[in-house]
Amino acid sequence: MAQATSKKLAESEIDAATDARTLAQSHFRTLRLGTPFQPRIDALGLKQDWYNWAGYRAPHSLWDEELEYFAIRSQAALFDISPMTKYRIEGPDAEAYLDRVTLRDVTKLKPGRVHYTAWCDDEGFVLDDGTLFRLSPTRFRLCSQERHLPWLLDSAIGYEVRVEEETEAVAGLALQGPTSFAILRDAGFAGIERLKVFDLAEFAHDGGTVTISRTGFTGDLGYELFVTTDKALSLWDRLMAAGELRGTRAIGYTALNRARLEAGLIVANADFTTSEHAIRTDRLRMPDEIGLGFMIDPDKGHFNGRRAILEARSKKKLRHVLVGLEIEGNIPAEHAIVYYRKSQEVGLVSAAMWSPMAKRNIALASLQRPYGDTIVDDLWVEIYAMRELQYQKLMKKAKVVPRPFIKLDRRTANPPADF
Amino acid sequence: MKAWDAIVIGGGHNGLVNACYLQRAGLDVLVVEKNDWVGGAATSRELTPGFLYSNCSYVCSLFRPEIMRDLELPRFGLQVISYEGGAVFTRDGDYLANYRDHDAHRREFTRFSKRDAEAYDRYSRDVTRQCRFIQPLLMRTAPDPTSFKPRDLGELLYLGKKFAGLSAEEMALTLRFWTMSIADFLDEYFETDVIKANFALSGIIGTALGPMSPGTAYVLLHHYMGEVDGSVGAWGYARGGMGAVTKALAASFKASGGTIRTGAEVDHVLIRNGKAKGVVLAGGEEIYGKLVISNADVKRTFLKLVDEKELPDIFLRRVRNFKIRGSSGKVNIALDSLPEFPALPKDSPVYRADMHFTDSIERMERAYDDWKAGRWSADPFLDMMIPTTLDPTMAPPGKHFMSCFVQYAPPKIDGRDWTDTDRGGFAESVISQIAQYSPGFRNRIVHMEVRTPREIEAEVGLTEGNIFQGELTFDQLLFNRPVPGYAQYRSPVGGLYMCGSSTHPGGGVMGAPGRNAAAEILRDLAKPTLHMSPAHDVI
Repeated sequence: MAQATSKKLAESEIDAATDARTLAQSHFRTLRLGTPFQPRIDALGLKQDWYNWAGYRAPHSLWDEELEYFAIRSQAALFDISPMTKYRIEGPDAEAYLDRVTLRDVTKLKPGRVHYTAWCDDEGFVLDDGTLFRLSPTRFRLCSQERHLPWLLDSAIGYEVRVEEETEAVAGLALQGPTSFAILRDAGFAGIERLKVFDLAEFAHDGGTVTISRTGFTGDLGYELFVTTDKALSLWDRLMAAGELRGTRAIGYTALNRARLEAGLIVANADFTTSEHAIRTDRLRMPDEIGLGFMIDPDKGHFNGRRAILEARSKKKLRHVLVGLEIEGNIPAEHAIVYYRKSQEVGLVSAAMWSPMAKRNIALASLQRPYGDTIVDDLWVEIYAMRELQYQKLMKKAKVVPRPFIKLDRRTANPPADF
Repeated sequence: MKAWDAIVIGGGHNGLVNACYLQRAGLDVLVVEKNDWVGGAATSRELTPGFLYSNCSYVCSLFRPEIMRDLELPRFGLQVISYEGGAVFTRDGDYLANYRDHDAHRREFTRFSKRDAEAYDRYSRDVTRQCRFIQPLLMRTAPDPTSFKPRDLGELLYLGKKFAGLSAEEMALTLRFWTMSIADFLDEYFETDVIKANFALSGIIGTALGPMSPGTAYVLLHHYMGEVDGSVGAWGYARGGMGAVTKALAASFKASGGTIRTGAEVDHVLIRNGKAKGVVLAGGEEIYGKLVISNADVKRTFLKLVDEKELPDIFLRRVRNFKIRGSSGKVNIALDSLPEFPALPKDSPVYRADMHFTDSIERMERAYDDWKAGRWSADPFLDMMIPTTLDPTMAPPGKHFMSCFVQYAPPKIDGRDWTDTDRGGFAESVISQIAQYSPGFRNRIVHMEVRTPREIEAEVGLTEGNIFQGELTFDQLLFNRPVPGYAQYRSPVGGLYMCGSSTHPGGGVMGAPGRNAAAEILRDLAKPTLHMSPAHDVI
């Protein structure tokens, strides 16, 4: 009798394993996954204008990209960041480990804080940039554009630390814009006013918790919220309900991409090529060559790429520089070639727009040093503006300017203003 | 008596490519083929009513787009149907599939290892970097490093510059890549058996080496440089079987005025005063030609078709030592219905792609151990596909043609020739492997063609049945292929050229040797090559 029961049990276990396998195999029928928020986004995505974000079906725009952009700047925008790659890094050596892997000094990152950082291979070339969340003294979350599990695991040898990829297990939302604080407060996240820029804290939500950080990719007042996937829809609904009168609008990437450019932020594999994707080796970039030199702390001890980076600095081997440009006129200079004295090719614009906030024609460009570094005068961009099947070729003056292109006091004001 | 401008021995794809280019340059060209059909190892044959077999080569990807363009092959009927990925079945009833979509590919790997799934990008970057380095060399005549001719120096300089253009790290990787085993190379990126087995397949196909033998990493590269109509790395079925490639070539050749004689086996090359004057057929008939170009492999050409006395000793010794070892066989099967694979979901695209049953490098190496011992592999490695899932022209409605490339099969069994009983045992090793994954498979078989190295050599004329006319190991590539000092398609005999896969850049249905040889011949004749469009890089 007991034997028969255990046999039956074993059989049901096998059945369960087979079912799980069948389910896992079935992914080939859905090339683009939905995120945990997809039911809400599908309902609002009237344009059906999707793109592939790391294997997920993500919206370029849901309804109207202009209105979506202005939601970021004048009201509040809700952007689904679930497809972002997320790693959970935990253990007694987590701090020391991350200090070795990433550029910035992790010992200075206190629990409950977030910093923007980057990490390099042994040759000092940037593998990716991302945000590092310190959830507790021994627990971190690393968010990035690309995937790095082999690199992170190989680097963990010798450290008492566990690295786990948790992209699909954690849903993420960015709530950005002047009314974002008021929405969170009205939604009942008590104490949200205490979060300063780059602070994070846990709040109760739907029988569980949500991690909210005062971070974002817009240069505006804003927050990012992370929650287990089963609490995703209730979180969305809670924010939407609280934001009804404060103009909350779900947005797609086109609007966000404008806001990030105004904020002067770079995007991996758009403004620079990450080291594990660069087929052509002259496309590799060191942090100093893409404006991330500020992250390097030569005094913090060893980190991946340190020797190569310091040698390139001391031997003046840095060949590129990423700069912000202000270009005359109002025609965006997307992917335009940058010239010195209108004739010598010295670089390329990777992102450009006419900024509604700055009321300027702005761009990010990678230039070959010394241009953009010590020689910043007499730079020009050649814009090919296609107008009804004719190119209007424009040679416009470009001025190197500091980033961000816009600075909003509300982003850092404490407590945040009640818009 | 008529003397042709050029006689091409062998109507395989390289012979036909070569003949087409020469004919289009204004030469009067004759192709002599021993079989009653053209195609060599790129043929489609109806051996049982209603079924067409791609009975040697079975997929198309490496064939050079410049050749398709110059010889107007689409106009003459060539269509290549690309297919999705493929799969390795695992012994525990699962499978690992390859999908063309990058994210589906990653998710599939995640089922076996999250780490390996994310290692693919770096692997892919490194292999692509190596392809970008080697690929432009395919369509160029390899330089002769012992020569001081300006052209050879120029080519050496080109090679040197390409090499010097690499960073120290890349140079190290390149040298390692050319000499490493595929197993060691994959260990640098992956940790999971089935994932490594999945990639290792391309490193051993057609090669008398195991996945742990040095030099097999390069063989993988050779298989990565293909495309279908501009889609890099894609593989496809030629509609109507691989014979469609040579059928289109033959049609193009004839349309430009060329002549083909089938059923005309060459006994030897006619040589007078150290110069080729034509060929003598098996029946004794003499055909005269100003030039003779051999599509046969280098051993068959110089050890069977040319009198040894005409050749320098060192050349002869090197030809004898050229590695052209038989390592594979082929089983072509006519099926009365589509086989089922319970491990696969019924709507899986894998049914239309290549299927494998060897889920570890260890098993591949054990299969190779059998080859070393002079036996066919008890647990062979199969590259199996059912082209009729995408090409209905090859079988009657509802019925299917299955192509099984089988490795390893030695050229001799325990030192003696293959017998029909051996061949039966070899076939059984294949059928029983498939039947393990496809219940009822045996009952679906209506006809079977079993080809061991013995049959391939006898029919196609490939020495030992080696599909590449010589191993693609680095000691036999570039200016060392087939013999140092004779890597530029010429031979010690005046007027006798080589154009088969024994020459640079090697085997596969690529056509590059045939085209490169034509360029050299036209150079010797001081004829223009304007009809040869410049080669471009695919990647």
